[in-house]
Amino acid sequence: MSNNRRIFLKQIVGMGACAAFGRSDQAAAAGVKTDSDPVGVLVDTTLCVGCRRCEAACNEINEDLPRRSPQAFQDESVLDHRRRMDHGAYTVVNRYLSPDDSEKPVYAKFQCMHCLQPACVSACIVGALSRQPNGAVTYDSWKCIGCRYCMVACPFQVPAYEYRNSFTPKVRKCIFCFETRLTKGGVPACVEACPMQVMTFGKRTGLIRLAHGKIEEQPDRYVPNVYGEHEVGGTAWMYLSSVPFQKIDLPALGYHPVPGYTEPVQHILFKWFLPPLGLYALLGSIMWFADFRRGKPRALPMQGGADANT
Amino acid sequence: MQTPEHAAPVGLRFFTPGMKALTAVMLTGLGVGLYRILFSLASVTHLDDQYPMGLWIGVDVATGVALAAGGFTTGALVYIFHRERFHAIIRPALLTAMLGYTFVAIGLVFDLGRWYNVWHPAVPSMWQGNSVLFEVGMCVMLYLTVLYIEFSPIVLERFAGHVNLPGRLSHFNDAVDSALRLADFILGKVMFLFILAGVVLSCLHQSSLGALTVIVPYKLHPLYWSPLAPIFFLCSAIAVGFPMVILESLISSWAFNRPPEMNLLTPLSRMVPYLLGAYIAFKLGDMFYRGTYVFLLENSAASLIFWIEFGLLTVVPFFLFMSSDIRSSPSGLLVAAAMYIAAVLLNRCAVFFIAYEPLYAEKAYIPAVGEFALTIGLIATIAFIYRAVVTFLPVLQAPEKRA
Repeated sequence: MSNNRRIFLKQIVGMGACAAFGRSDQAAAAGVKTDSDPVGVLVDTTLCVGCRRCEAACNEINEDLPRRSPQAFQDESVLDHRRRMDHGAYTVVNRYLSPDDSEKPVYAKFQCMHCLQPACVSACIVGALSRQPNGAVTYDSWKCIGCRYCMVACPFQVPAYEYRNSFTPKVRKCIFCFETRLTKGGVPACVEACPMQVMTFGKRTGLIRLAHGKIEEQPDRYVPNVYGEHEVGGTAWMYLSSVPFQKIDLPALGYHPVPGYTEPVQHILFKWFLPPLGLYALLGSIMWFADFRRGKPRALPMQGGADANT
Repeated sequence: MQTPEHAAPVGLRFFTPGMKALTAVMLTGLGVGLYRILFSLASVTHLDDQYPMGLWIGVDVATGVALAAGGFTTGALVYIFHRERFHAIIRPALLTAMLGYTFVAIGLVFDLGRWYNVWHPAVPSMWQGNSVLFEVGMCVMLYLTVLYIEFSPIVLERFAGHVNLPGRLSHFNDAVDSALRLADFILGKVMFLFILAGVVLSCLHQSSLGALTVIVPYKLHPLYWSPLAPIFFLCSAIAVGFPMVILESLISSWAFNRPPEMNLLTPLSRMVPYLLGAYIAFKLGDMFYRGTYVFLLENSAASLIFWIEFGLLTVVPFFLFMSSDIRSSPSGLLVAAAMYIAAVLLNRCAVFFIAYEPLYAEKAYIPAVGEFALTIGLIATIAFIYRAVVTFLPVLQAPEKRA
């Protein structure tokens, strides 16, 4: 109840901010040369049976995650409670009870959404997170200072941290198998491992067409939206669902890209450094004017003790 | 010629019983800090994937920066707006700012996962102009440098004319002395450039600290999330500058058994209602414009903390500072200043973790004992160094000779 109201309020504010600072969508994407049509994955949660083979495949290919045997992923008791990605897993599957039919649960797989305008990339102080030309959001632990502001910024609450690692802790999140698969022309490990073909990998525009085609063909099977098509400016990973998206822990978000709240202000403030220099000049003039009226310059600095005045 | 506001070392006994207790608190905190460095963040803090920022960011960094604002507000008051009567408060305010910012940097190191990479934002190949945090980091680094430059005349003054190097080095006494005097002379000529830079850099990063919160519209409670957060942070920092100077002056007077400097503090406190009023006006205006007052009666940690930090600890001091009876009473000023300082502390904590509502949190973040120990230890360290500096360097105004 109050949650809906809050989201509504926030949307209003978002639009206000957008109007005030002009078109900010372009600004957020500035700097990174990206494909006009990045890749993405469409997740049809209605097909998922919760077998966790995507989790196993993810663990297998990402060798710097804690090693686990494939058998460990056959344990379905973990589905009894809600899980989130953490320092040991880039992806998790959760089970949700369907509101209509308690016999038929709904399963949903989560991982980084690979936003088109990622808040984490915008927030990162050193550029340790970056969006690759094909749309994958990757992480360079060598640059990272461990401030964890990316975790604050992410509207999907995806990045996790190695809090138990004393000296070389890393931010942990799905990197779209960027180096292991995508750059070699492959598809992500989880997509390939899925026996139910829940996930479809491809160019994002094609996936959006596919998704709307599915909804049109089977309007009873799906809620009529594609989650991620517009949320926070669009994400590379998108979802179809038989139940409202908030029932499967996909947060209700507006369409305005999150970096669009901060970057335009930032860019206006530092355009040629004019505002800071202007303030400097203004304060300098005030300082000088009073001296000028007194007719003589005056000892300005912090001096004022015994010696300085002798 | 001696200026009426003549600063001098305090020169009293350093290790009083109070100072011994302070040292114990300081060492405990630093021990916890060392433990965290050796045995990871998880060994000391209650931070998790839902709450990546906690007490150390809220207090050591965000509150530290805000409460050190006395440095640039008094600098602007005396040197830009030429209220020379307040010259005597410049040095203690500057010292507080310098120590405050130094410990913001030190406190941050304990919070950073890869603290040894803290210098990375200064490397041009890693500059990230889109990041608000990058701007904050750069401004804080530059401002810290400016603060050290602004403070250097005080060190030079202490040693110029008294250079007495041991043993063979004494041959260089004259040379070193001339160098100090030359440095003092040059600094005197160019200092206004740094004073102006300090004010500009402060305005930039005080507001950008608020801008850090603008990127979390979906997680920060609407009573705290606002596109105007940069203005709130800047206004509240400017407003807390003088109360901080007032509180420190009163505590120093009490600690060194001197009469309170009411001849300065009373006129200084007269400006507080304007600054505090501006902050309150912005805050209320934003609240009514965006309609967030509907959350005031909500049963949540965010609305509770809002009532405490804003409703009580911000609005009440505003009226206290308006009363001339309060302004001329040392204890009245002490209470009013301490209330608003507490408000700023709670406000920064609210923004970074109390009113921060992550999507999948199973339990709220409550700082661990170790986190409190380090934070309190760092504050004790600042007090320790402050006491050491005013004991040995000419910072505080010498007490007037009583007839």
